[in-house]
Amino acid sequence: MSATHNDNDFLFKYIFSTDHKMIAKQFFLTGSIMGLIGMLMSTFFRLQLGYPGESFPFLETIMGDWAPGGVLTPDKYLALITLHGTIMVFFLLTAGLSGTFSNLLIPLQIGARDMASGFLNMLSYWFFFLSSCVMIASLFVEGGPASGGWTIYPPLSALPEAVPGSGMGMTLWIVSMALFIVGSLLGSLNYIVTVFNLRTKGMTMTRMPLTIWAFLITAVLGVLSFPVLFSAVLLLLFDRSFGTSFYLSDIYIAGKALEVDGGSPILYEHLFWFLGHPEVYIILLPALGITSEVVATNSRKPIFGYRAMIGSILAIAFISFLVWGHHMFITGMNPFLGAVFTFTTLLVAIPSAVKVFNYITTLWKGNIKFTPAMLFAIGLVSTFITGGLTGIILGDSALDINVHDTYFVVGHFHIVMGLSGTFGMISGIYHWFPKMYGRMMDKNLGFLHFWLTIVSAYGVFFPMHFLGLAGVPRRYYQNTEFPMFNQMYDINELITVFAIIAAAAQGLFIFNILYSIFKGPRAPQNPWKATTLEWTTPVKHIHGNWPGEIPEVHRWPYDYSKPNAEEDFIPQTVPLAEGEEDQGH
Amino acid sequence: MLDLLIFVGIVLGIIAIAKVVKVLELSSNVKGENSYNITDKENRFQAFLMPVFLVVYFAFIIWQVVKWGDRVLPVSASDHGVIIDQLMTTTWIIIIPVFIFTHILLFYFAWKYAYDKNRKAQFFAHNNRLEIIWTAIPATVLLILILYGLSIWNDVMEPLTPEDNAVEIELYARQFDWTARYPGEDGKFGESSVRMIEGVNMLGLDSTDAKAWDDKYVKAEFHLPVNRPVQFYFRAQDVIHSAYMPHFRAQMNCVPGMITRFNFLPTKTTEEMQEITGNPEFQYILLCNKICGAAHYNMKMEIIVESEEDYNKWLSEQKEFLVVEGNEAKVEIQEVEEEEIIEESPEEDTELSLLNTK
Repeated sequence: MSATHNDNDFLFKYIFSTDHKMIAKQFFLTGSIMGLIGMLMSTFFRLQLGYPGESFPFLETIMGDWAPGGVLTPDKYLALITLHGTIMVFFLLTAGLSGTFSNLLIPLQIGARDMASGFLNMLSYWFFFLSSCVMIASLFVEGGPASGGWTIYPPLSALPEAVPGSGMGMTLWIVSMALFIVGSLLGSLNYIVTVFNLRTKGMTMTRMPLTIWAFLITAVLGVLSFPVLFSAVLLLLFDRSFGTSFYLSDIYIAGKALEVDGGSPILYEHLFWFLGHPEVYIILLPALGITSEVVATNSRKPIFGYRAMIGSILAIAFISFLVWGHHMFITGMNPFLGAVFTFTTLLVAIPSAVKVFNYITTLWKGNIKFTPAMLFAIGLVSTFITGGLTGIILGDSALDINVHDTYFVVGHFHIVMGLSGTFGMISGIYHWFPKMYGRMMDKNLGFLHFWLTIVSAYGVFFPMHFLGLAGVPRRYYQNTEFPMFNQMYDINELITVFAIIAAAAQGLFIFNILYSIFKGPRAPQNPWKATTLEWTTPVKHIHGNWPGEIPEVHRWPYDYSKPNAEEDFIPQTVPLAEGEEDQGH
Repeated sequence: MLDLLIFVGIVLGIIAIAKVVKVLELSSNVKGENSYNITDKENRFQAFLMPVFLVVYFAFIIWQVVKWGDRVLPVSASDHGVIIDQLMTTTWIIIIPVFIFTHILLFYFAWKYAYDKNRKAQFFAHNNRLEIIWTAIPATVLLILILYGLSIWNDVMEPLTPEDNAVEIELYARQFDWTARYPGEDGKFGESSVRMIEGVNMLGLDSTDAKAWDDKYVKAEFHLPVNRPVQFYFRAQDVIHSAYMPHFRAQMNCVPGMITRFNFLPTKTTEEMQEITGNPEFQYILLCNKICGAAHYNMKMEIIVESEEDYNKWLSEQKEFLVVEGNEAKVEIQEVEEEEIIEESPEEDTELSLLNTK
């Protein structure tokens, strides 16, 4: 584990590092850059939606013939929304989120010198890096990148005749996702093995911080669901390149009938959503885990219902495998199946409600410190409630008929998954930045960043519910063909303005990160007075994490404001006093 | 609006630059000593912003409801849409109070329990009774919602029977338009296949199939009689489309290689709906709601709901497939007419015209 090479060797320290802390930073950097690209794309297509047909000459400067005369073309609009979705869901909120925090925190919080296999961990990052490069490269090929929506349903994604992006761009999308999945599996297997085998003495499963529980279950979800996506896109590749027809049947396109028979696009949808739904929780669980940690630490109070929190993570993970059909109520699937999926889908609301009430109870009679991390964690609880509740409408098959694929859905999942995932990630960055870079971030920029972000984020996504209830479909280049939708132009304009503010506000965050990495004040050993093990390691990173023995753990991670204790926190390494009861058992 | 945009951009830019300067000052003044610690004053200010945000958030939502509330879809124009809308209202009645209640708790607690160095947080790690309460209550409420929702779902998805005397229509989707096909006088759709698409025969009807000869198909708009059930069959020729008729609370995907179904009972004519909405231009629409390519956004058809007489009159004015196809097909048809009638088997009928089989 501890590396044999010279630490000063730039190549091995920063590039081919097998140290989990460095790999976490690599994931963070790559994921963030991808996230910024994805965000930039959204502002570009929001301009078209807010001001349809209006010319923005700078778009032509940036994108060339994608926006002749400064107006985005319809097929490149589809390309942008497709890549925006793909990048945000997979590259930012899966690899960026899990990759950063699972890598950083698993060894540090369970008391391990590194991941079980540092080499596989390095490979995991490099597959992700390669996958990012391929995805970005697909922007520049003939016909443009994949344009079938991030779900890439065939036949649209299978036939180059159907949309320009289904040519080379789609092939690269598949190659990129295949690499991504390999990277994700290597990472996930490593996380699982590490959590099960490398916990320090005394670190029982019920003494692990909730972050670790969340990362562990996320990794299990990934291992079980990503291979299904892999097979789905592999079959798609066969259909595209080798003339098979797994997903194709009875097709007439571009003036001729194709020689395909017997396949079904519905098969693809089943395979895709078998990953696609757990994927939502692959994004949410780490964000919720981070929130549990941040809320408890900054409320100076144990997380309420530790075991119930673990139970709800397990319940959510289990149910998430039984609900994929709620994306397919109106595909012509047997109505009885629709009924079953409605039942399982609405059940997810129960463990989710438990989590929300537990967060709120943790705040109750706490002693709350409003660090920027805490603000984003509170923001997450708000977005999780707001977006989660509209899920009760979408999960109900009868109601889904009329709001399916409208802006109501866009509003729902951006709030519950997009905002919650992003808030969790940002909260984690503010909280563990001292651990990552040994310096502190600026709090005032953090405050400003939070308030601008939450106000403009709700400004973007809340009005979308009204569009959806008016029947406005998603993925429309413009609504000018339909007078009843076109009269909503003012809502769209408002959304676009807020989207630009939200994007600009992230400039504060980027500046804060870059400035603090180099110029921020040096971090103390334990800036937030937290109990967990990562704050016992030296501020300056070393291989193997602890200079001497790995500390032994004697208690659960949430001994905040324990009665009769001197300080308002007792680190996990402090032995139990005589007659003291450990909540973790 | 654009000016506002530029203005906001400039303001943000100024704020950012001002902050840069401030940060630089801070770091040079205190040389990194504890400048990250949040002072009591700052903490109290952030706590104060919590209820402020709550009020702003609620006010923003109320503002939207007042301003845009009347833009949501008008009253349902179909029978089953009414019960769907009731379910929707019930669901809102359940989730809105939960939303308000949890948000008030969240932001009130955040404000109320802001850090005070003279106070210690209460060590309150778990309470089984509370956990059971907030597991059991959502479980009960959701169970009721699930049962209610499923009963509506079963009503909506219930297949029609021959006694319903339904109008049958096939909606045919392709990049980037819709075609509606009526079975004609024999009440049976003719066979079709993508391999027979040629020239004006854009649906690929089998011109050797007698059932196809009187089929009628229309573009741009199709008509429905009011108060008579409509059985829709959906087909697509190239990629997945979705037939969305928002005013009827009806939507079903059109999937290449299979036939999907949906039925509803239109209860309001176009004229009636124009009165209800107060908009003399109002038209029912069918639109594509599954990403299907570059012109996805303008794939539309208008739906006219009218009295049975008007509908019959309109239908009788539409041309039959045979006439559309032209003479060439006619000759071919005459040649095969005899054997076709002999070969016709009952199994083939069931393929499309489910309702007409005995």
